[in-house]
Amino acid sequence: MDWVSENLDLIGSLTLEHLRQSVIAIAAGFALSLPLGWVAWRYRLLRGWVITVTGLLYTIPSLALLMILPVVAGYPATSETNLVIALTIYAIAIMVRAVTDGLDSVDPAVRRSATAVGYGAARRFWAVDLPLAGPVILAGLRVTAVSTISLATVGILVGVTNLGYLFTNGLQRRIVPEVLAGIVAVAVIALLIDLALMAAGRTLMPWARGAAPARRSAAEAAS
Amino acid sequence: MNLLADAFAWLFAPEQWTGPNALQHLLAQQLSFTATAVAIAALIAVPLGWAIGHTGRGREVAVAFSGAARAVPSFGLLVLLVLVFGVLRKPEAATVTFVILAIPSLLAGAYAGFEAIDRRVVDAARAVGMTGAQILWRVEIPLGLPLLVAGFRSAVLQVVATVTIAAYVNLGGLGLPIITGLSLRRYEVVLGGAILVALLALVLDALFALAQRAAVPHGIRADQGHPTGRRLDPEPAAPATPDTADTHP
Amino acid sequence: MFRVRGVRAAAAAAVLGTAIALTGCSSDDPLGEEDRSESSGDAIVVGSQAYYSNEIVAEIYAQALEGAGHEVERRFSIGQRDAYMPEVEGGAITLFPEYTGNLLQYFDPETAARSPEDVYAALQEALPGGLTVLDQASATDQDSYTVTREFADANALTTIADLAGVSETLTLGGPPELAERPYGPTGLEETYGVQVEFSATGDTTVEDLLAGTVNVANVYTADPRIQTEDLVVLEDPESLFLASNVVPLVSESVAGDIADVVNAVSAALTPEGLVALNVQSTVDQASTPDIASQWLADNGLG
Repeated sequence: MDWVSENLDLIGSLTLEHLRQSVIAIAAGFALSLPLGWVAWRYRLLRGWVITVTGLLYTIPSLALLMILPVVAGYPATSETNLVIALTIYAIAIMVRAVTDGLDSVDPAVRRSATAVGYGAARRFWAVDLPLAGPVILAGLRVTAVSTISLATVGILVGVTNLGYLFTNGLQRRIVPEVLAGIVAVAVIALLIDLALMAAGRTLMPWARGAAPARRSAAEAAS
Repeated sequence: MNLLADAFAWLFAPEQWTGPNALQHLLAQQLSFTATAVAIAALIAVPLGWAIGHTGRGREVAVAFSGAARAVPSFGLLVLLVLVFGVLRKPEAATVTFVILAIPSLLAGAYAGFEAIDRRVVDAARAVGMTGAQILWRVEIPLGLPLLVAGFRSAVLQVVATVTIAAYVNLGGLGLPIITGLSLRRYEVVLGGAILVALLALVLDALFALAQRAAVPHGIRADQGHPTGRRLDPEPAAPATPDTADTHP
Repeated sequence: MFRVRGVRAAAAAAVLGTAIALTGCSSDDPLGEEDRSESSGDAIVVGSQAYYSNEIVAEIYAQALEGAGHEVERRFSIGQRDAYMPEVEGGAITLFPEYTGNLLQYFDPETAARSPEDVYAALQEALPGGLTVLDQASATDQDSYTVTREFADANALTTIADLAGVSETLTLGGPPELAERPYGPTGLEETYGVQVEFSATGDTTVEDLLAGTVNVANVYTADPRIQTEDLVVLEDPESLFLASNVVPLVSESVAGDIADVVNAVSAALTPEGLVALNVQSTVDQASTPDIASQWLADNGLG
């Protein structure tokens, strides 16, 4: 493990880059999925389309997306923008479904009660629907976060540097600890972000603490 | 949309369908890697998941393991295993990578299927005198099947997309045109390969959607419209299809 | 209600703050990926291939330039030639360690030049406007067809042409793009009448050769394992491969400013020296910046 102790600077800076690329993509994917998921939930006619189209996005192999997007959109393939946009697309593919399912999980009776006590549509969405959909959305966000952080490593194959660099460089130089360090660093930031999201969920949604395990398991099965 | 036209032209050119790297061979390689990995993962994860669901024990360990497994980047794991196993064992390295990728979904599908069963149903089975084994085989497994199939569905989709990286270590599959096109900037080849992977994923997804529907026992299916039927809904709560494919390239 | 909302807002702000902090963060990054989008002012932007040896040469350029007071930005490990060349041509990257023969074939696949001098001269002609090359080093890292000692002895191989007499099936290993290169399987058949099957062994080509999954391999001549594993580089009498010396590809806009510094590096970079650098990276597992600074010091350039 000499290699690791002598290259902590490199691992550290790659980790920061990796984290930055992933966090931007996760945040952007989340922000874009809320309106998309809401539209899909609110307008039944659009629902099939939105779910199908976002689901389709997910079947595109990421390496191909990282190659093709820059050609179509006109930015350099080796730019961080390229990776962040591709990761955002995959985040949307997971999150839209989670947002729609989350809004579905809100008891219609609760929604009617909110209307009855005088909540307007906008206020009801922000104060009732969204918080109650929160646990399911959070489950989706956690899946998205771990997946994004892991997927980002493929960026190195188109020249976007992050922890994936340790995989390709380690393979060329045949340094096993280098590759292993990359895997461990990716796993650690994925687990840390996951813990952070879980903690944020507990703070923001204290009522969800006893959420039915069956529902959580179902989400895991499907992901 | 010239690129798209070029990609289809490439796909339909006869030379892509002949020779050692003909697309049908690559397609077969992609499918065989997927099938092998999911089958091995199922042999490990399904009995384990059922045991967890049946006894109600070990769930936290399974969740922790799955969480860790999901956080491991497949691309890195593949490179690591190729280095450790050596180039003669590249197929084994790839298979292990994909098995690890498939396990979390299958494991969760197996125990979630049991947990989703109304406890009163199990109690009723016990009340009519069923033994533990009978409850397992006649009640829990059939009723848990839809979620297990959902687990298979997402495992297969993740693996089939991720097998694309096998080409990076010379194991063929549909990633080969993508990786080669990447080095040569032959975008139509990259797109052509991507279209095939996407089509394959869509076909498999559709098959599993049908299987999921078929997996719901008859008596339950009649109950679909009922609000409580939701718990056995073949379309489970959160992100059903697309999911944590790690390094799904 | 308000209390809960306050907590929620605070948590949201914290998450957002973290995201912003991460976005804006910067560090002493050996790979220099920060500020990658804009080349700030007159900084020299040094690129490198996703090839450890190329990255070492790039790091040597970068440190030499920094030592001479230039501002340097590193854009390392950005793929193969076809991937990064648009950015070099566009001026986003202003200095790139290249290889004369392969670079010439990129711009002129039909070129007849083969010797180091001819290739270098032809390259200067072939480069698009805005780009030029500084002095080439004597160090070469060119493609070769290489076999194991055992295989060479068993089949009495010294040149690529001798492969035509081998009775067993020849499988050529190399990077995936070799399948389409002028010196790839097609060139091999046209020039030497040697038929091979191709296997895209990529980054494990030498390992595959040693393990026997391929029997001919496209190995770069500066690979230390040619010595350590006792491999035989087959002679190339028909000049299928071009001479490929290490050469700095630069934007004309900065060529004048950096020529002295970079030419001094090229003058000191010998074939043995390049292999030695590769040994330090793969065998001693030294880090790229350390290898570069040591080399500069050893050559009186540090």
